[in-house]
Amino acid sequence: MDADQSALADQPRPLAGETQALAGPGDYFALLKPRVMSLVIFTALVGMVAAPGSVHPALAIISLLAIAVGAGASGALNMWWDADIDAVMSRTAGRPIPSGLVPRSEAAAFGGFLSALSVALLALASNYLAAGLLAFTIFFYVVIYSMWLKRLTPQNIVIGGAAGALPPVVGWAAVSGSAPLEAWMLFAIIFLWTPPHFWALALFKQGDYARAGIPMMPNVKGDRSTRRQIFAYALALAAIGVLPFFVGMATIFYLGAASVLGAVFVWLSWRVLRAGAGDQGPAKKLFGFSIFYLFALFAAILIEQLAGLHG
Amino acid sequence: MADHEKQAAPQPSVHGLTPEEEKMRARRNRAIALGLAAFIVLVFAVTMLRLGGAATG
Repeated sequence: MDADQSALADQPRPLAGETQALAGPGDYFALLKPRVMSLVIFTALVGMVAAPGSVHPALAIISLLAIAVGAGASGALNMWWDADIDAVMSRTAGRPIPSGLVPRSEAAAFGGFLSALSVALLALASNYLAAGLLAFTIFFYVVIYSMWLKRLTPQNIVIGGAAGALPPVVGWAAVSGSAPLEAWMLFAIIFLWTPPHFWALALFKQGDYARAGIPMMPNVKGDRSTRRQIFAYALALAAIGVLPFFVGMATIFYLGAASVLGAVFVWLSWRVLRAGAGDQGPAKKLFGFSIFYLFALFAAILIEQLAGLHG
Repeated sequence: MADHEKQAAPQPSVHGLTPEEEKMRARRNRAIALGLAAFIVLVFAVTMLRLGGAATG
């Protein structure tokens, strides 16, 4: 019995003779990882608003919907592929596949069908560049991250983070038909944000990842090395966070917000670095703040664009 | 009394599904129908908007 099979053997199954309800629409919606989808919608929206040019509002909404469905589809495909490890992690054991509500084959078909649909819809509503970028995002998340890197290397979420960082570029391309440096700056912010965000989680969910056999940084390189790397990424993130102002993409309002948010991020990462062995409090605080950080930073761009502060 | 309760318990239908499962399947089918209808409406709307945009230059 290999690791995957033993992991599956541990998952709760219905007892003999016990009926199990068929999955409802809500269970399929849960396959789309709605919380991740909300972050994708938000960052893609910021990319769309920040991009030069304009599109019909209805086309913009349909494009955003296509990006959201594409992100959700990649989430469903990820749950299909990772059902064995989801079953042994407390954070993911309640997902529709490990809880026995949705069969793996249905999740794969659902994710594959929605992937094709979302890319086709985006191609119709915006342009081929945006659709191509969305297709690449889904491919990168499912094949490069989920199938290849996640179980192979502690750099899994560093490289795999590219998939989560692409939505603002897709949004930008959907409006402008191009993907210039400014769009990739938004990509860089999310790309550098991903490692400290997930490593903070991995620090206090180490047991989960160890049980699932996922080589997360704390499990492979240890706490001390992970904490040092979190701090290094926090410094890089704070620096890149203010960069949009210096390339003329944002105003002093954004600079102020990015500076304060970046300083708090670095401070919380410093506390993680200085925390004693077994003290999970600072890592939990950093994880919570990291979610707020990304929302707030992108909200600052959105606000100044909507308020007409920028050009 | 116990026999009466046993009779009232949900029995599998000819399809092998309990009434609860049949209800869930009907909900799922409605959701699929709504999703497909929404997709058709979206494609129609996009086509009209893009054609309209092209016509007005």
